[in-house]
Amino acid sequence: MENLKQILADALSAVAASESESALDDVRVHYLGKKGALTALLKQLGHVSAEDRPKFGQMVNEAKSQVQEKITERKSSLAKAALDAKLATETIDISLSGKGQEVGGLHPVTRTMERIETFFRGIGFDVAAGPEIEDDYHNFEALNIPAHHPARAMQDTFYFNPTTVLRTHTSPVQVRTMENTQPPIRIICPGRVYRCDSDQTHTPMFHQVEGLLIDENISFADLKGILQQFLNVFFEDDLKVRFRPSYFPFTEPSIEVDIMRTNSKGEESWLEVLGCGMVHPKVLEMSGIDSEKYTGFAFGMGVERFAMLRYKVDDLRMFFENDLRFLKQFK
Amino acid sequence: MKFSENWLREWVNPNISSDDLVAQITMAGLEVDEVLPAAAAFSGVVVGEIMSAEPHPNADKLQVCQVSDGTERFQVVCGAPNARPGIKIPFAKIGAVLGADFKIKKAKLRQVESFGMLCSASELGVNDDNDGIMELPASAVTGQDFRAFLGLDDQIIDVDLTPNRSDCLSVAGLAREVGVLNKIDLTPVEIAPAAVAIDDTFPVRVDVTGACPRYLGRVIRGVDVSVPTPLWMVEKLRRSGIRSIDPIVDITNYVMLELGQPMHAFDLANLSGSIVVRMANKDEKIVLLDGQEVVLRDDTMVIADEKAPLAIAGVMGGEGSGVNAETKDIFLESAFFAPLALAGKARSYGLHTDSSHRFERGVDATLQEKAVERATALVLQIAGGQVGPVVHAVNEASLPKAATVVLRRKKLDQYLAMSIEKALVTDILTRLGLEMIDVTDEAWTTKVPSHRFDIAIEADLIEEIARIYGYDNLPSSMPQAAVNFTPLSESKTQIQVLRSVLVSQGYQEAVTYSFIDPVLSKQFLPNIEPVPLANPISADMGVMRPSLVPGLVKAYLYNQNRQQSRVRLFETGRRFIGSVDALEELDQQLQIAGLLAGPRDGEAWYHNGEKVDFYDLKAHVETIFALNGGTKPTYERSACEFLHPGRSADIFVDGCFVGLMGELHPQLAKSLGANQPLYVFDIALEAVLNARLPEYKAISKFPEVRRDLALLVDHSVPVSDLEKVIRSSAGDAFKNVLVFDVYQGQGIDETKKSVALGLTWQHPSHTLSDEEVNNSVEKVVAALSEELSAVVRG
Repeated sequence: MENLKQILADALSAVAASESESALDDVRVHYLGKKGALTALLKQLGHVSAEDRPKFGQMVNEAKSQVQEKITERKSSLAKAALDAKLATETIDISLSGKGQEVGGLHPVTRTMERIETFFRGIGFDVAAGPEIEDDYHNFEALNIPAHHPARAMQDTFYFNPTTVLRTHTSPVQVRTMENTQPPIRIICPGRVYRCDSDQTHTPMFHQVEGLLIDENISFADLKGILQQFLNVFFEDDLKVRFRPSYFPFTEPSIEVDIMRTNSKGEESWLEVLGCGMVHPKVLEMSGIDSEKYTGFAFGMGVERFAMLRYKVDDLRMFFENDLRFLKQFK
Repeated sequence: MKFSENWLREWVNPNISSDDLVAQITMAGLEVDEVLPAAAAFSGVVVGEIMSAEPHPNADKLQVCQVSDGTERFQVVCGAPNARPGIKIPFAKIGAVLGADFKIKKAKLRQVESFGMLCSASELGVNDDNDGIMELPASAVTGQDFRAFLGLDDQIIDVDLTPNRSDCLSVAGLAREVGVLNKIDLTPVEIAPAAVAIDDTFPVRVDVTGACPRYLGRVIRGVDVSVPTPLWMVEKLRRSGIRSIDPIVDITNYVMLELGQPMHAFDLANLSGSIVVRMANKDEKIVLLDGQEVVLRDDTMVIADEKAPLAIAGVMGGEGSGVNAETKDIFLESAFFAPLALAGKARSYGLHTDSSHRFERGVDATLQEKAVERATALVLQIAGGQVGPVVHAVNEASLPKAATVVLRRKKLDQYLAMSIEKALVTDILTRLGLEMIDVTDEAWTTKVPSHRFDIAIEADLIEEIARIYGYDNLPSSMPQAAVNFTPLSESKTQIQVLRSVLVSQGYQEAVTYSFIDPVLSKQFLPNIEPVPLANPISADMGVMRPSLVPGLVKAYLYNQNRQQSRVRLFETGRRFIGSVDALEELDQQLQIAGLLAGPRDGEAWYHNGEKVDFYDLKAHVETIFALNGGTKPTYERSACEFLHPGRSADIFVDGCFVGLMGELHPQLAKSLGANQPLYVFDIALEAVLNARLPEYKAISKFPEVRRDLALLVDHSVPVSDLEKVIRSSAGDAFKNVLVFDVYQGQGIDETKKSVALGLTWQHPSHTLSDEEVNNSVEKVVAALSEELSAVVRG
């Protein structure tokens, strides 16, 4: 009995002292192998009294399994240590950059246009497009701007010949839509427009998003409501907005919308951001819509202006230089 | 239009501050652009009188003046050559402050003491006249504060009038508007017919009575044009941005600003026979007041005499017939020209005048006589003379008729989504000058006043009500309308998705101008005649782009010049091919184009800066087509002039040409200054966005079998041909073929290349046996050998 205790203690300390798998194997063979010390004790079972035999047998078996357990435990801890050591040698600098593509970005004008589109799509507007080289009729006449109307001088027009122009606004798309559709009409028309003007604050090409809503009983109040909402949503701010009478040949009443801006010195000033109005009855009639039955409103905004306000761009011309150092800032 | 606030307040003086007045008219639709003080900020300047002027003992160019302020005399050293005894001048006394911090102190100039300063007009910010000290009229009261004397505590209000509001192109018109907004009455200037002293008239014949329905003229003899224009008038003109010329011209300008009627004065001595209002003869010439000679067209109305045109009607007078220093007798013109007859005319000659601006937009057709009388009174008051009777040439039939416009209560309420009380509506309309013909609970029947050219229909009246009531006071709501949503198409890729795929490939979106340099266009596409603009902003923006590529290449070069070598750009937009003579057929197709150049990855620790090549480009093109999940495009060698003949491809979808891609032609790249190969694509957007609605097919449960083949083929055989042959010969269970190696060089005949292919088979309903697969491989090899002389490498 004393012997068993001693052998078990020796075996356990031998396991703990083993520093390798092979040393552990040796310990196993030495104590648990066919000729091992604990196995030998079982062979002595015949010499034990019949009365003590079961108890002794049980004790030896328990000792054997305890040793086996410790060996397994030790083995796995040795394996883990070996793996840890190996992995330690594989350490890399995780601060280095990843391999592969640098991501590009959208042009700020597109980005802005998509934000505007998202709002209007969300309230049921469709997006419409149309040609950029337009005939005089769709760009002017159908919008109640006959030849020699002083309003033509408001928009410096690029001509190809006396009856063909580069569209000065995206309104011709609205005209084409009205010609082909009966109300209710809810569209926005984003796109490139052109004016023969180039200086610090004008580029000969820029982008507009115009919108049109025609239905029964559309009122000035609806126009105010939608545009106020739009401006708040776009600028993520509860903006101070004012609706100021203006003039466009294709709307009556006509409105310009100003928002209150605060500069770095804390001074407030109004800034015009939108033109809009109730669609002129003549414009409806010319495109085959009954102006007694239907009313509607139209609005238009310069995308670059919104982009400049939103992203604090102070030079309009940057938008068309395509300088990567500029473009890469918008991602 | 610029005007003096004080002048306006002579006509209508609401009890509100300047700021409030400016805000009020802006919110009434007369947008104020700018408000400027009438003069610089200064104080302590009085009307002084030079009593004596002696040469300075120690300086040639200085004088020592004795100046009176009405009570005391001061010694002032002055450098102005026009300083002389007897004249009255602005005198800045000791303690006066000019500008922000220029304080006048006692000074010693070359040993002579000086107590103050005599000022020039520019020093006081009154105008930019820096030619000596400012001389004031003898009537100025010595000692009076100079600001009070000239009424300089005033503001210049610049209002940016929309083209419909020509009625506000005068102080009278603006006053009318301010009166309506404040519900107060006006105090207009009193105008009475002048006493006719002589019978002299000058004959007037109007040939074009439609274009000139009213022409009034009056002879005034014996005017003195040498008298100075009174300072009050000069100041009012200055504050409206008009320079003083001579008293007669100043008066005509003054009346135009005051009442809105452009006028003209001829020197009677220079008129021969009679005034004839007619259309110009073709190629007739006139030298205008500004000295330029103009060749007239026959669509242009002129004021002529028996000999020659004297003025372009309503635009500008001629040089030879106007008032000059010798003028004694004048002929005053006050006419109404029909807006349509003048529309666009000034502009067509490159002119724009105060007169043409007003006539094109519309001048009140009842104003002419009033204006003649007002001008006559001013001429008599300032330059004297004897007045003849007014000659009228009027064609009543062509004069504008007062429109009758009915405003319905129902429409008003519907437009504004509120109901404004009847009395208020009536009051607003009446104050605006509309005559109430009939007012009921259902409608207002009104007659439009002659000055309101812009009111013709019901909506115009609704606008007037809304404007005066205040847009900001009207309700706001969200529309309650039935919304019909358009089906959400899945057979179209969203352009946003397409863009973001390119962005994730490292592309930056560009926006280049739709017009390009015609020279550049020809360099890229010598066989396409680009669409030219008639009035380009500059020669290098002269034609519409036939392709998006030239613009992107220019954008690349811009960046190359700014040390950017790794460039990936894309753009969506229209290209233009065809002729504007056949607008319907003109191709204005939306394209998506890209440009790729420089290292494959940004400079980094893990690679050696390997540059992109054709296959990077192709990968990106394949990626954008792969988005649609549908038909794969096919590629054929391209003959496009601006691409490398051996490294470019035309792209086809279902047999239709949809675009191209490849390396920019090296010669073109070099001539443009590119320092590395550029790869470009330009594809019809429609072709890329056409998508396929995905449809599930059952996945085979049986294993795939792969066999690799290494083939030796002629160098010129495209891999796509090998693939085609394999697909057609590999049997029903054939699944796919991929190319995993292409080799040319050592160990291989130099006319050949080695292509390694991996072929896979899979059967939907059973596991393929070796025999079946071997059979297929044999068929493939035989076909390749037969059709392409491909040999399996041992």
